[in-house]
Amino acid sequence: MKISKQDVEQVAKLARLEITETEKEAFAQQLSGILTYVEKLNALKTAGVEPTASVPGKTNVFREDKPRPSLPVEKALANAPEQADGFFVVPKIIEER
Amino acid sequence: MTGIHQLTLADLQKKFTAGEVTARDIVQAYTLRINQVEPKVKAYITQTKDAAMAQADALDEKLKGWRRTMPLTGMPVAIKDNICTEHVPTTCASRILGNFVPPYDATVIARLRGQDYLLLGKTNLDEFAMGSSTENSAFGPSRNPWNISHVPGGSSGGSAAAVAADECVAALGSDTGGSIRQPAALCGVVGLKPTYGRVSRFGLISFASSLDQIGPITKDVTDAAIMLNVIAAHDPLDSTSANLPVSDYTKALKKKDLKKLKIGVPEEFFAAGIDPEVEQAVRAAIGELKNLGGEIKEVSLPTTDYAVAIYYLVATAEASSNLARYDGVKYGLRTKQTKDLLDMYVKTRQEGFGPEVKRRIMLGTYALSAGYYDAYYGKAQAARTMTKNDFDEAFKEVDLIVTPVTPTPAFKLGEKSEDPLQMYLSDIFTISVNLAGLPAISIPCGFSKAGLPIGLQIIGRPFEEETILRAAHAYEQATDWRAKKPNLR
Repeated sequence: MKISKQDVEQVAKLARLEITETEKEAFAQQLSGILTYVEKLNALKTAGVEPTASVPGKTNVFREDKPRPSLPVEKALANAPEQADGFFVVPKIIEER
Repeated sequence: MTGIHQLTLADLQKKFTAGEVTARDIVQAYTLRINQVEPKVKAYITQTKDAAMAQADALDEKLKGWRRTMPLTGMPVAIKDNICTEHVPTTCASRILGNFVPPYDATVIARLRGQDYLLLGKTNLDEFAMGSSTENSAFGPSRNPWNISHVPGGSSGGSAAAVAADECVAALGSDTGGSIRQPAALCGVVGLKPTYGRVSRFGLISFASSLDQIGPITKDVTDAAIMLNVIAAHDPLDSTSANLPVSDYTKALKKKDLKKLKIGVPEEFFAAGIDPEVEQAVRAAIGELKNLGGEIKEVSLPTTDYAVAIYYLVATAEASSNLARYDGVKYGLRTKQTKDLLDMYVKTRQEGFGPEVKRRIMLGTYALSAGYYDAYYGKAQAARTMTKNDFDEAFKEVDLIVTPVTPTPAFKLGEKSEDPLQMYLSDIFTISVNLAGLPAISIPCGFSKAGLPIGLQIIGRPFEEETILRAAHAYEQATDWRAKKPNLR
């Protein structure tokens, strides 16, 4: 699979990465190489084979829905780049009209 | 006399329990050793020797009245820097985690702490455990103690190098595609990847959640069994943790032969591309397993050649999702001077992630994106089932499977860093084990002419770590590879 610079831009947008022009060129070339390599999987007949997402299988693990101690607010906020009044601070999300 | 830093965990523990050495003696000996060789090896990102000394003094005081110890009491351990340690920075070798200090301990750390272990520091890795050489670390590469112009392997390269260079008595690593076994092989030490679910992943910073598993890197097989005894347990905080009984793994070491064990050799693992010196050493090791009473049988794992392709779709898809959490909001780096929220996300991630992490996020995002999901991620998941079926079939015939760990001995720094696909292909012999969720160990089985270690991989059925340890121990006792030490003077 050949990956164009435009494909790289689109994927970077989806992945929330702002990449440089040099990176775009490099990624287009490297990702094309890797995707061409993984296409060898097309030689495997997988029709009707169940996919494996996780080896232990699909058993759900339940616990009682009871309150229990959790991380205190000040500990949860201790690593925040910016915080105020017990909350994480982020740039304004809703713009004024 | 053998220096404290040269002892195995089992021997050091005996001396400590008998009161022949104090915790202070231990930390002093390791401080000296670290100061002497760390400038060459660069195994650690964060050193905690001073805190360890304070802890050691408190421990010696506590044990004065009643000398009651557990297997890791007073034992100086190094921890891979993607495992959360409360109060001690945990970086994942990434700029994006900034000055992150975990607000809690990983379950494995809580278990070590419960035995009063001593933390010597946090070891280097490829950023977010993505790599096979530690060259992807934001803090610079670690070196192979056997030859410092070669890589120690990765991603747990710091942990393996620290054990090989006697900079800790034992270490923890994590293994998503070989990240414990490959560096253990390249550094000439023992690395055990337990069955998926045997050890809690709570507090292990996620890379590919369906593949990640924590395990020990040690000086010998006995020490691996001792470490596994401490960390293997069911954990309600990890929903994939297995609720199965845990054995005393050291008991598995009592049998000295391999009688009645059927050992499979998959010829697919000796295909073109394997270094002749590696093949020779591994074939000789298989001969030794036969001498010890094992019955050697040929088995087939037909999808082996597809493992790298499956892995780099599954692992990157999971990684692209797991690494979405690094957005500059809750912890770690936030780029200053951004115009709005989206701008903050993209600039923070651009600044914080290194090239290999970005490459994998991009690949995973692509494999999961609309129009490509079935062709790539869906296909890889079905192929993963086939890999698992291969092993299920083989394990109907045999109890263990033995293979090389790596196609070549340790490569030189910079040799593969320009070509990501070549680097990925160096994981070819280890990754199918993760795809199938199996336990496997890497133990030393020889040296190349250039003096670099070679590893033997022993793979077992799910939750049959005992059988692996028994075979590894019998082989280790019958050979003397571990007597050779790197010369770091």
